[in-house]
Amino acid sequence: MRLEKREAPSAAMLWVAPLLAAAASVLLTGLLFAALRVNPLAALRLLYIDPLANANGVAELALKMTPLLLCALGIAIGGRANVWNIGAEGQFTMGAVAGGGIALVLGPGGGWYVLPLVLAGGIAGGMAWAAIPAALRVGANAHEILTTLMLNYVAQDILSWLVHGPWRDPQGFNFPQSKTFADAATLPTLWGTRLTPIFFVALLAAPCAWLLLQHTSAGYRLRVAGLAPAAARYAGFSASGTVWLSLLISGGLAGLAGIAEVSGPIGQLLPTVSPGYGYAAIIVAFLGRLEPFGIVVASALMALLYLGADGLQMHLQLPLSLTGTLQGMLLFLLLAADVLVANRIVWRRAP
Amino acid sequence: MAEGVLILSIVVATLRAATPLLLAGLGELVAERSGVLNLGVEGMMLMGAAAGFAVRALSGNAVLGLMAAMLAGTAMAAVFALLTLRLLANQVATGLALTIFGIGLSALTGLPWAGVPAPGLAATIWPGLAHAPPALQQVLLLDPLVWVAFACVFAVDWFLRRTRAGLALRAVGESAEVAHALGTKVLRIRLAAVLFGGAMAGLAGADLSLAYTPMWAENMTAGRGWIALALVVFATWKPWRLVAGALLFGFVTIAQFQAEAFGLSLSPDLLATLPYLATIVVLVLISRDSTRLRLAAPAALGKPFRPTD
Repeated sequence: MRLEKREAPSAAMLWVAPLLAAAASVLLTGLLFAALRVNPLAALRLLYIDPLANANGVAELALKMTPLLLCALGIAIGGRANVWNIGAEGQFTMGAVAGGGIALVLGPGGGWYVLPLVLAGGIAGGMAWAAIPAALRVGANAHEILTTLMLNYVAQDILSWLVHGPWRDPQGFNFPQSKTFADAATLPTLWGTRLTPIFFVALLAAPCAWLLLQHTSAGYRLRVAGLAPAAARYAGFSASGTVWLSLLISGGLAGLAGIAEVSGPIGQLLPTVSPGYGYAAIIVAFLGRLEPFGIVVASALMALLYLGADGLQMHLQLPLSLTGTLQGMLLFLLLAADVLVANRIVWRRAP
Repeated sequence: MAEGVLILSIVVATLRAATPLLLAGLGELVAERSGVLNLGVEGMMLMGAAAGFAVRALSGNAVLGLMAAMLAGTAMAAVFALLTLRLLANQVATGLALTIFGIGLSALTGLPWAGVPAPGLAATIWPGLAHAPPALQQVLLLDPLVWVAFACVFAVDWFLRRTRAGLALRAVGESAEVAHALGTKVLRIRLAAVLFGGAMAGLAGADLSLAYTPMWAENMTAGRGWIALALVVFATWKPWRLVAGALLFGFVTIAQFQAEAFGLSLSPDLLATLPYLATIVVLVLISRDSTRLRLAAPAALGKPFRPTD
């Protein structure tokens, strides 16, 4: 068997490959369950179907989708420009820290202006954290994959320091957590579920990202920088502008995701505020082929995996670390299936 | 005397902290010199750490544990090789997937051993370690893996510069097309280099879970795989410079724990940021001269190779 390059990428395979990957993923997941000595069919049902059994389940799915979608859109915009932001996790955390800090400083007083300030603080926090790798890439040529990743660990340590030290709730029985945010700093919830309006902001961000990439000159520059760096230089597009734009958008979206999580379902700062959303969003971005609308679908799928893993833990006592395994496996399978888009398999020996 | 022991203990601790970085970095260095960028080091290390600890706990044999760790790292690398070399998948995406997969799968398989205490490698080899005089105790703490890591630097440096196979590997990393035209088996060499990288990352993980820490905990590598990747850049892809980088980072890691002894009372959380900040500083310093870095890097790094007839 060998691969032969197609003259043009196959449009049919563009759709068939993800379906193939999904089918193979369900099969492999079933095998994994069998290896863990649980009934594969019951477990698959818990993973893929039960989370969506009622309206509340759908709301929880949308809630989990929100951070994944926001972070993945940012990663994808950068990815199209060949700027790889692996630091959404840290930007998410710093968004939570900056916005949460404002919420704690303003305390119980204050009026309608508190929530916008808190959200703006979250966005600014994420942008500021992403500005560091942008400056280091533009000013010192330091590769953003490694710098953004290192800053994830630094952000996590800063959050941990804050909730163990200066921002610890004095009435919190010595638990490492901040005070709970005042009502004025907390996002409203919808329809008696935990869902917040930020979900619709995230949904709206997808067409905005698509418009930016496909129908603005800034987006055009980003795409050219990613597809043909030499052509972008020749056309006089600023390489540093590309890096700044993609990292600031990326960081702002991740920061919004972070503050939406702590001023939404969490309601306070804890030593850890993200179960790996920033990393999972990388997978979401690739699963969605760096296309905003693909990412909407991919983030729903990934959110389902998170919810399903919760159910598996509750009913079958399977560890939550299953999520990462399934996420990684899914991306492997898609990467493998994607080969068929650009290539066809030839079943014969090479002459 | 006490001061002498303190200095000795700092030197020993630095060498021990440098060892996993050196092992993983050497493996990645060889893979990158063949033109393949594998961002999955962290995931391969974690699988090695989990597999090594589990097999040692089950068999009671540390050597079997180390072999299992290398095997686990190699198996992870094989998945990466299949996707990137055979199926021509994007190396950045595949490497990231390998890391996320490795974090999850190691947590899953290592679960029964999480938090189980185990004797360190040095204590296993020298049962009387706890009762030895302080200075001797420090020297004995330099377990065989420390020596193996430094021996590997010699071996890799010699292999790359002095052997025919090493020359072929470097040629493939500079231009796969030219090497192929000259009759070199490009994919076979890249496969070997990637698998070697996996085995070394697995060994580095086992060094953490069997010798350095020694225990198994979810995500216990704490970014060391990524630091190893940065060190390869810092070393400008030369084995001996990797030693300098690894020692520097070993020292920064130790400084974190020694800070209190020197009267520096900073929160442990903030001190924990030191190795990551140091990585960034080091990357900035080495990358500033972009021309030099470009000349030092393997020219075909990250570029896929499609064999033609």
